[in-house]
Parts: sequence; C-alpha cells; structure tokens
Amino acid sequence: MNEFFDIVVIGGGHAGCEAAAVAARMGAKTALVTMDSNQIGAMSCNPAIGGLGKGHLVREIDAWDGLMPHAADYAAIHYRMLNRSKGSAVQGPRIQADRNRYRKAIQTALSEQANLQIIEDMAESFQMDAGKIAGVLLADGRSVATKCVVLTTGTFLDAWLFCGEKKWRGGRIGEQPSLGLAEQLKALDLPLGRLKTGTPPRLDGRTIDWSRLQRQPSDEEPWTMASYGTGRVAPQIACALTRSNQQTHDIIRAGLDRSPLFSGAIEGRGPRYCPSIEDKIMKFGDRDGHQIFLEPEGLDTPLIYPNGVSTSLPEDVQQAFINSIEGLEKTEIVQSGYAVEYEFIDPRSLTHHLELKAMKGVFCAGQINGTTGYEEAAAQGLVAGISAACSVAGKTPPVFDRRNSYIGVMIDDLVLQGVTEPYRMLTARAEYRLGLRADNAVTRLSGQAKAFGALGAEMTAFVTKRQAEREKCQKLLQQTASSRDMQNVGAHVTEGASHSLFEWLRFPAVTREHLEKLIPELTQLSDAVVTEMIDDGRYAPYLERQDAELARLAGNDNMPLPDQLNYAAIAGLSNEMVERFSAARPPDMAAASRVRGVTPAALAAIWIHAKKVTL
Amino acid sequence: MKTIFALSSGRPPAGIAVIRISGSAAAKTARLLTQKSLPDSRRAVLRNLYDPDTNEQLDQALVIWFPAPKTVTGEDLLELHVHGGRAVVDAVLSVLEKQPDLRPAEAGEFTRRAFLNGIISLHEAEGLGDLLSAETASQRRAALMMSGGALGRQIASWQDRLLTISGQIEAGFDFSEDIEEDENESRQYLEAIREKIAILIAEHRAFEQRPTMERLRDGLRVVLAGRPNAGKSTLINALTGQDIAITAPIAGTTRDVIEVSFALKGIPMRFSDTAGLHESDDILEQAGIIRARKAIAEADILLWLGDADDAPDTEGEVLVLYPQIDLPDRLPIPEKIDIALSAKTGQGVDLLQEKLVELGKKALPKEDEVTLNRRQHRLVKDAADSLSLVMEAEDMLIVAEAVRQACRCYDQLTGKAGVENMLDNLFSRFCIGK
Repeated sequence: MNEFFDIVVIGGGHAGCEAAAVAARMGAKTALVTMDSNQIGAMSCNPAIGGLGKGHLVREIDAWDGLMPHAADYAAIHYRMLNRSKGSAVQGPRIQADRNRYRKAIQTALSEQANLQIIEDMAESFQMDAGKIAGVLLADGRSVATKCVVLTTGTFLDAWLFCGEKKWRGGRIGEQPSLGLAEQLKALDLPLGRLKTGTPPRLDGRTIDWSRLQRQPSDEEPWTMASYGTGRVAPQIACALTRSNQQTHDIIRAGLDRSPLFSGAIEGRGPRYCPSIEDKIMKFGDRDGHQIFLEPEGLDTPLIYPNGVSTSLPEDVQQAFINSIEGLEKTEIVQSGYAVEYEFIDPRSLTHHLELKAMKGVFCAGQINGTTGYEEAAAQGLVAGISAACSVAGKTPPVFDRRNSYIGVMIDDLVLQGVTEPYRMLTARAEYRLGLRADNAVTRLSGQAKAFGALGAEMTAFVTKRQAEREKCQKLLQQTASSRDMQNVGAHVTEGASHSLFEWLRFPAVTREHLEKLIPELTQLSDAVVTEMIDDGRYAPYLERQDAELARLAGNDNMPLPDQLNYAAIAGLSNEMVERFSAARPPDMAAASRVRGVTPAALAAIWIHAKKVTL
Repeated sequence: MKTIFALSSGRPPAGIAVIRISGSAAAKTARLLTQKSLPDSRRAVLRNLYDPDTNEQLDQALVIWFPAPKTVTGEDLLELHVHGGRAVVDAVLSVLEKQPDLRPAEAGEFTRRAFLNGIISLHEAEGLGDLLSAETASQRRAALMMSGGALGRQIASWQDRLLTISGQIEAGFDFSEDIEEDENESRQYLEAIREKIAILIAEHRAFEQRPTMERLRDGLRVVLAGRPNAGKSTLINALTGQDIAITAPIAGTTRDVIEVSFALKGIPMRFSDTAGLHESDDILEQAGIIRARKAIAEADILLWLGDADDAPDTEGEVLVLYPQIDLPDRLPIPEKIDIALSAKTGQGVDLLQEKLVELGKKALPKEDEVTLNRRQHRLVKDAADSLSLVMEAEDMLIVAEAVRQACRCYDQLTGKAGVENMLDNLFSRFCIGK
C-alpha cells in the first residue's frame, strides 16, 4: 500500500466526475479510478443535457459550481427552453451537445482541477479494516488507501446487453462490465435489484432526406446552462422532427416476439417515462404516430440520434421500421439500438447523504442507485462528493431537502421510497415547485455552497455580485404604490389600498412593464435578477400558504423516530409495511409519511408505538 | 404496557355500572378481587368482590373474562358489572387504584389500544368516537356508517377522480414534448378540466351543506324566543317534561340561554330557552339578550312566540306559536300563526311535537347518508375552496397547485398528513373507558 487519498471515486461517468470535482474543490485529496480515461464524461445515450425537471438539476449543480453546466455550454449545438409558454417554474432548459466537445470539456476541467488525480485502472474490490473502508484494490494489483469511496459504477455492475435474440455481457457498447465489485457487493448482502434501460439506433445523417422534415432551430434568446463562462461558443445547428406511422407500427408489432422485452429475456423493469418504441406500440397502438426528434450527435460527425425510438428489437426489424418513417426511407443504421439490464443497490440502504448505512465511508451515486439520466447521476455525484468531503473534514454535510431543491426531492424519494423503475426527475415530484425554479437555483443554494468552500473564484464573484443585485432589486420593489399609481401606468386594478410593488405582483393585471414605468432603475438591473424577483412576487401567496402548511405539519409530524425502531414489533403493521419501513428507516414522522404506499393506519400505529417508546 | 381500568358506563348513580380492566394484569386482578379462580372465558358469572387488603366485601357483581386477542382492546379484558350506586363504584375503583400493576385509563386509551393492536382502523376509531357518544338510535346508525368506512369510500372516490385530473395536468408539464398540443387545444383542455372540477366542487359543497356529525350528536338546535313573559319557559317544560327554566310571571325571569337535550321520537334536539327580547336597563339582562340573538341566528328551528310580523330573520325554519290560549284575554287567535297552544292545558302541544319531528327529519342527515364531523367538514371545505381557484386561474401552474392542495386535504382526511394532530383530536374526544 503506497498511495493514499482522502477520497477514491470509482467510475468516470457523470456522477463520478461531479463527485471527484466537488470533493477536490472542497480540498479533499481525491482520486478518480476509471477503466478508460478517454471515456471520462462520455454521453452514453442521448446527446442532450437538461430538460423538464432535469434542467432544474443542472442549474442546481451550477449553483455549486459543478462541471456539467459548463461542459454543456461548451458542447451545445442547440438550445431549447422547454415549456416556454408555461409558468417559469416548469420551464426546462435543454441543450443538445456535441458528444466529443462535451467529453473534452469534462476531461479538461478534471485535468485542471487541483487535488485530483486520475487513475486508469479497474477497481477490483474494497479493502476493509474493522468494518470500515480502508482502501481499494485495483486490477493491476496495486492498492490505494483511502478514507471514503464514492461508488458510481452506472450500468457497469453485472450488466447484460440485449439486441433482439442476441445477448452479451457489457456495460456500454464495446466496453467491459465490472464484475469483481458486483461479486463483492453481493457478498456484503446489500439489497440489490435489476433494472433495464435502452437506447435507439444511431443513424447516418447523410442518408436522411432533411428537406422533407420540419426543422427546429435553436432558441435565439441567449440563455446558457452555466451562470458564468464563455456563453454559447459552438455553432448552432437545427434539429428536425418526424413521426412514426401505421406502417412503422405494423413492422414493430410483427417483430415483437423477437424482442427481449417481451420474450422474458429481460427481467429488470424499464422506465415508464422513457419507454421503448415497442412499449409505446403495445400501450398506445391506437395512436396514428409518435413524434421522433432527429438530433445531431455533433458538429463533425454524421451520426443522428433519433429521440423517441429506443429499442432492442433485432437489427433487421430496426432497419425496416426506420425506413418506414418519412424522411428516413433510405437511411442507414450505423449502430443498432440495444437494451441494457444492470444491477442496482436498493437506495433505501443509503442515508440522506448517500452513504451506505451498512458500510460507513462508502457513498453511492448515479445509476447504481436506480436512477436514469445524466443529470440525476451528476446531481447525486455532487451530493456524494460533498458528503464524502465533509466526512473527511469532520463536518456536518449541508442540507438538501424538499423545500430547497430538486436534488433534495430526488434524494428523499430515493432513500425513503426506493425505486420500482429507473428514477427520473419530474417537476411533479416537487411539492414546492413554485419556489424551486431553474432560474433561482443560485439564490436557493449558492450561499450554502460558498460556506462549504465549494465555489471557485469566478463563481464566488458571480454569486456575490448577483446577491448584491438581488438585494438592490428587492429594495426597489419595497416601494409602495397606490392603486391610482398603478392605474396611471396602465395596470387595470380596482381602487383599493396601497401595496409595495412586490405585493402588487400578486395581481395578475400588474406586469413587469408597469413596474418598469414606475421604477426605471429596474431596467438597469440584470434581466435574470428582475425576472426572479417578479416570479417570487407572483407566487408569493402560494408559497406563503405552503410554508404555513409546512410549519403546521412540522409541528405535528416531526416526532423523531428511533434509529433502532423494531417495526416488526408494531402491532397492526402488515408484513409489507414492516418490510418497507425497515428498509427505509425514516428519521422522523414526516419522512415516514412519505414512504411508498403508507396507509393512515400504519402511520398511526407507528406514531403510537414510537410515542410509547420515547415516553 | 401497564394494565388500565376505568368506569365504562355513565356516571353513577345508575342501575348497573360497568368497570373495565384491560391488560396483562387483568387475570391476576380477577383472582385477587373474587378470591376465586378465573371464570370460563366469555361467560357472565356471579361473584363476590372483596378488598384484598381488608377482605371486606365490596359488592356482588357479574364478572366476565375476555382473554386476548379477540377482545375490544386486543388485550386481556375483565368486565365487572357492579351495582351502580356511587359508594359501591367508588369503593371498587379505589381498590383497583391501589393495585401496583394497574392505573386509571387516560381519555380514549381503550380505543387507542384497540387501534394499536389492529382491532380497529383509524376510520373506525373516528366513527367509534361518535358512536360512543351517540344516544339516540339514528345517531347510532350514522356513527355505524362511519365506522364501516362509508366516508373512506367517498373520499377515495374524490381522490381517485382528482388524481386523474392532476395526472393529466402534470403530464402537460413533464411530458409536454410528447403531448403535442397547440395553444387552442390547451384552452379547450383547461375548459375540460374546469368542467370536471366544477362537478367535484358541487359534490363537495353538497357535503358541506349536510349537517355535521356534531349536529346529529348534539341535537337539532331548537330555539324558543319572543317577547318577555310570553310563556316560553313553561312551554319548554311542557315539551320536555323537565323543570328546566325558571318560570315566574315577572318579565325577564329568563336572563340567560338555558339548554336542555331531549329526543322527540328518536330525533335528538337541543332546546334553548332565550331571554325575552326587549329593551332593558338591567346589565345582566342586556348580556342575556346578546346571547339570545346569537342563539336565534344559529337556530335550526326557531319557535317564535311573538307577533308573526316581528319574527327575526334566520336561516333556519321559523314556527310562529301563539301560546297561552288557556287565558281568556288571548282569544280570538289571530291569523298568520302556525300553531296555537297552551302549555298549561297541553292543547296544541302534540301538534307542535309532530311538527318538530317532521322538520327534524328533514334537517338531520338521512340515516344512510355519510355524515362528517367538524374536522372532516373543514377539510372538505378546504378542498372545495382550493378547487375553486381552478375556475379563475389562467396560469396552469396555479391550476396544478390548487389541485395538489386539494389532494393534500384528502391526505389529511384519510390521516396521511398531520397524523399527530388528527390523532390527538380524535382520541381526546373519547370518554375514558370506552
């Protein structure tokens, strides 16, 4: 044993990169172990970052000065704000990335990061000392001593790939799965399960008839994923839209008996939210067609990612159904779509800091926890990296909860409810959605990030400036105006009391232009800050109501539950509920009420039992 | 868990008083008090009860032994049916209190244990609270409906329908890419949602209009009011057969609101006799008049003993009575009155009783209707108020928020949120020992 690190991160995917970077930013001596350093930051599925719910996560990573938003801006060849016509709380920033540029951006950022060393090797096994993690044994026989391990092995744990009747071992096409670690995790008797995910075939763009397809240009508004930086640097190119038709559906139906999804070859559950085209035809066969987005994979590659036709049908069926689609009649498949089935650790065996309850010092992040998506993985990587760095420094880690972030919502869902399908972020999952907007992540989270020393110099400067501007804006909106004043600038409000301008925003008739007419200084502030304050004002009544409710519930519910509570001993709990509560071990009554499928009677029985125990 | 005991029947004096002892020490207590072995389970046997310290006989009682788990609490349970005199009951209770394994039960504790041991569900417990304080047959039947989960089914139906709508709205946010809708469609989409929500709101409001469980439990509010010295107190006494109000021929004798609960043909009623409404310098009397006005405003049925034209406006039913027709100067009977009667001779009192029963049947919930208690009533109203926002909001996010808010009300109704609050409220309403 010759080398020592505070933290060893295993895996160079989105979770691993984010974990290693934040730990190093926070001052921990960190190593990133990966099988192929060339593949660090690879986008293994769709060439896009962000989206609905996911865009929120990217902005929250940005609030902690993470890698993903900057790499996304560097690689972006198409920007699109989803749900632009809807309220700001559900708008989702999304970019399409040039895969090579994305990977390059991540690799450059990591190589420039102080305190971080990249080790190209395969992690064979953990080395334990008195029940605590002590080191990691590598495939070449070296061992690395460490205090903490962040495990981000993605789909590489005991993974199988499927394409039609073919089945082979592998984590991603052309790469080796990680078998040794899976064996050891199995031996540790951690609760494991299997999930599946899939990817569509990649098409040769030179064989697509673009002229017949509807184009979707990049947004013109100059927004970016990251708070600061170079902005949009890559040339912007358009995507295109096409759709499946009856003929496509017939071809797919005829091939269903050769799909591993329906032949029983795959036992893991797939994501309902990102179904394969086979699933769509089975469930919504009566629809006349399904939208397909044709997304370029990069500037200097002809590869096209057809978003919406993830499949594991045999290659000949894939080729046939692709050619039945408008514009794709002569299109060639470069790489067939496939499904991957992989092992995951039941996330209920983790704490809210993503540490394994059964193995102190081991943190898990990403797909290994049963999630899907780059953004979900990166956000967990961030939390695991922060938690590990805090563990090394002997600090209490920061709080990500349902009230302050999508990250908090995701982690709470994972560790309390577990997963029955690959977990994806959705805005519907956030109770405090109106307050958790992609455009106010810095306000929500950067203060804490700064306090924990996770921000670089540029981000620190940005946050400080933004905070000052926000305060200035807040002050301006504290000025009061009478209903007559509001009418004078054209707002259709009825006679009534005077309010502060911030309060006037509760009235739908009051718009930003009205405020700017009253206070011209507003136009000198940054657009983002003013927009944020206006939305805060618009939604204030709803947020206040939620806060009041939260306070009331906290008063009622938040009786702590003992860590060693023996759920099996509680009379009146069904075996199923005993299993769920024992797996999740909610820290308090409020958390208990969020355990999946909890019944009122079960909650009440726990409440009474715990009260009896604590009395 | 300690063994608990309490007097389960009403306050002494009464013919028979039932004392319940629940917990692991129940068997030991039976042997100690009867100085005999345990009787066969579930069989009533006659036993002498003794004070184990003095061997003094306390009473001759009917003793029933229910071994766990098939008992009302799920624990070993002993029932002592003793003679209901105050002295006997006090003596037995004080002997029990001296036993180191026993302690008096707290409010609702028997039900808590039943619930804890999985004997009853939360809905049943809530229904049981009302059942136990139900005194008339119709109250008991309504409480039984609740106990059987009728409310749960109604809420489940609302919840189910609203969750469907909510799912639709949420899909519009999280899967807008897949949904392919243009602005015009989204306008129609909002209108379609509003149509469904409007039906739900109407159903909630109909529920809100129903009298609450408390009304059924506490009785219909029948208020007697009118000018001073119009014979109200005498009438109340004639109706209830109890000497409740002070009756004396001095105007303003009734200075306060006096209440009496009574059942007419199974319809629970709460009669209030109010002060005579007239200007007075007497401070005490003025205060009484203020209270009387409030009682009138809240009345389900107002029995008005003055001129028909002077009857106050209230939301409830108004019956104009013409009392004291036994007095010669009260004749002839004027027009515009509903019932002429004499409390003294009983003339017309039957008619009044019949009319009250008829109105009562209309105003009280039907026996097969789900009835809400006050907490449930408030939550149904909150849910409906939240849903009303949907009808005005233009921002789909606010529509979604309103729907989610209503869903949270259901969670509270079914006990999913605010558990501790609800349980405290629920169990504190129980008399001990039930």
